[in-house]
Amino acid sequence: MIAFFIKRFFQAVVVMFVISLISFSIQDNLGDPLRELVGQAVSEEERQALRDEMGLNDPFLVQYVRFAKNALQGDLGESYFFKEPALEVILNKFPATLELVIGATFIIVLFSVPLGVYSAIKPQSVFSKAVMGFSIVGISIPVFLTAIGLIYLFSIELGWMPSYGRGETVEILGFWESGFFTQDGLEHLILPCFTLASIMLPLFIRLIRAEMMEVLQSEYVKFAWAKGISPRRIYFLHALKNTMLPVITVGGVQIGTMVAYTILTETVFQWPGMGFLFLEAVNRVDTPLIVAYLIVVGAIFVVTNTLVDLIYGLVNPTVKLAGR
Amino acid sequence: MALLEVKDLEVCFGLRSGAVKALREINFSLERGERLGIVGESGAGKSVLGFSILNLISRPGYISKGAVNFEGQNLADLKPHQLREIRGNRISMIFQDPMMTLNPVLTIGQQMVECLLAHRKMRESDARKIALQKLQQVQIPSPETRLDQYPHELSGGMRQRIVIAIGLLLDPDVIIADEPTTALDVTIQAEIMDLMLNLCEQNNVALILITHDLGVVSEVTQNMMVMYAGRVIERGPTKEIINDPQHPYTQGLMNALPQMAQAGQKLNQIKGAMPPLQRIPTGCAFNPRCEYVMEICRHNLPDSTVSGNCRVACHMVAEMKREQAMGDEV
Repeated sequence: MIAFFIKRFFQAVVVMFVISLISFSIQDNLGDPLRELVGQAVSEEERQALRDEMGLNDPFLVQYVRFAKNALQGDLGESYFFKEPALEVILNKFPATLELVIGATFIIVLFSVPLGVYSAIKPQSVFSKAVMGFSIVGISIPVFLTAIGLIYLFSIELGWMPSYGRGETVEILGFWESGFFTQDGLEHLILPCFTLASIMLPLFIRLIRAEMMEVLQSEYVKFAWAKGISPRRIYFLHALKNTMLPVITVGGVQIGTMVAYTILTETVFQWPGMGFLFLEAVNRVDTPLIVAYLIVVGAIFVVTNTLVDLIYGLVNPTVKLAGR
Repeated sequence: MALLEVKDLEVCFGLRSGAVKALREINFSLERGERLGIVGESGAGKSVLGFSILNLISRPGYISKGAVNFEGQNLADLKPHQLREIRGNRISMIFQDPMMTLNPVLTIGQQMVECLLAHRKMRESDARKIALQKLQQVQIPSPETRLDQYPHELSGGMRQRIVIAIGLLLDPDVIIADEPTTALDVTIQAEIMDLMLNLCEQNNVALILITHDLGVVSEVTQNMMVMYAGRVIERGPTKEIINDPQHPYTQGLMNALPQMAQAGQKLNQIKGAMPPLQRIPTGCAFNPRCEYVMEICRHNLPDSTVSGNCRVACHMVAEMKREQAMGDEV
């Protein structure tokens, strides 16, 4: 186990190095931060002097090494717009995004497993065919359209749900603004969470169904039938446990992806999370914030993938984490 | 009354192009403690027959006609939960490939205990004791540790021993063994086969042995059936069929055995291949490959005729019988 973590740690270091290099190198192509920083009245000479002062005219390598030195000490630069450390700005918005992702994941797990299993066991039934049909529709509709449709139906026409923002939040653990503990906060979560889940949910239903159908054809399931054990045990223990192995692998990557792709959902719902912040940062050419965002998302990927490998090792006895 | 009696069984596979008969006119019976061998080429329907006894054929296959009477009860008529009480309990199965038959994510103990708990009211600890006892019977070294191991930690031979132990777990009346040693290393094939036969004999379990190994069948079974393209073409006491095969196909199989040939000579083989189920020729299914083919073979399906202690489905044999009978009269 320790060997696994050490190995993972060094892998993570390499991955983070590559991510930082890439995200740092694109900042030159994002536009001129000076245009946003200073007004029209500032002359070209003053701008040039400011650039020198900020080190923007230094060679790329010099800039990167300076950045990396600071980054290793947890300093990812200061946001031009907020005039605060970029990492702090992002981490302030992190709870909002994470709660959105947790809500969406909850919805995905809650619906995809029963629907996927049912449509694998009874592929010919009308309900299964309906689920499959809807899932194709769900995959095909872009997120922003789903979001607008949901807002139109549930906020404007029916007036059941709020259409934007996080609503009322409470502070827990001293730093975490949570919407999970107030009714208003939960109501605000419903539409964004369903929107975020709308792409992944059909994908997972189809994935679980396909894997399950394959497993149901296997010899060991046939042998389980020949042993005369109950169908429930065959479906939900023998078959489902094997079905979940590939699903966990894919699922872990997708959770990371969801964190990164909350941008669309957050924008439509004016959700004060990292994605919304990132889009604003791009508009303002707030390069330190952009770089910091990319690095944080990269770190989230690394962490979720490690967690997934751990869970996978627990579920799949043929994998020994330390043994390789 | 026979323990197991299969009557006029017909199994179809509903394909898009229409229903295809995978088995037809299967008749046989099995007594308590009897050992029956089923032989035939790949695709003859041996495995389908094995599975259809317990109504375990996977879709799109289904039993379209006939009956499988177990102690007078037609298994094809039973409701799923009634059938479940028979499966694994009264009739159990041993599959071909031990690498595939055990669930990779459950321990050996779990897979044995669940079978006991499904059929008997008992505590889990008692079920574990029985499982341990059965593992000892199949001569697995250090059985206690095996219970908590996963299948991937064991070798193929060990896994097949475990599958046999699961098959014997509830002291069934019949075991259907579908090529139980084919997937194993040659060196342990005989070992596993001996073990299985011994345990069947000790517990007075009837065995249906599906195989294409004529040698094994001739050594260990009392009766045998030869299948071709979904039909039983010859059936009777093993000794008589092995010593005096009457159907041209069975004769061909015997001639193809290496020990029958002289050293240095080419092995005999039956020309051609078994037809796919969708394109079984009219008349006798074997007629395109038969050396003795007659005009009638191309048009009429031969009925099974009694010849000595055997039943043979062949026009030539039937004709010889008729001539013999006429000769006897004169």
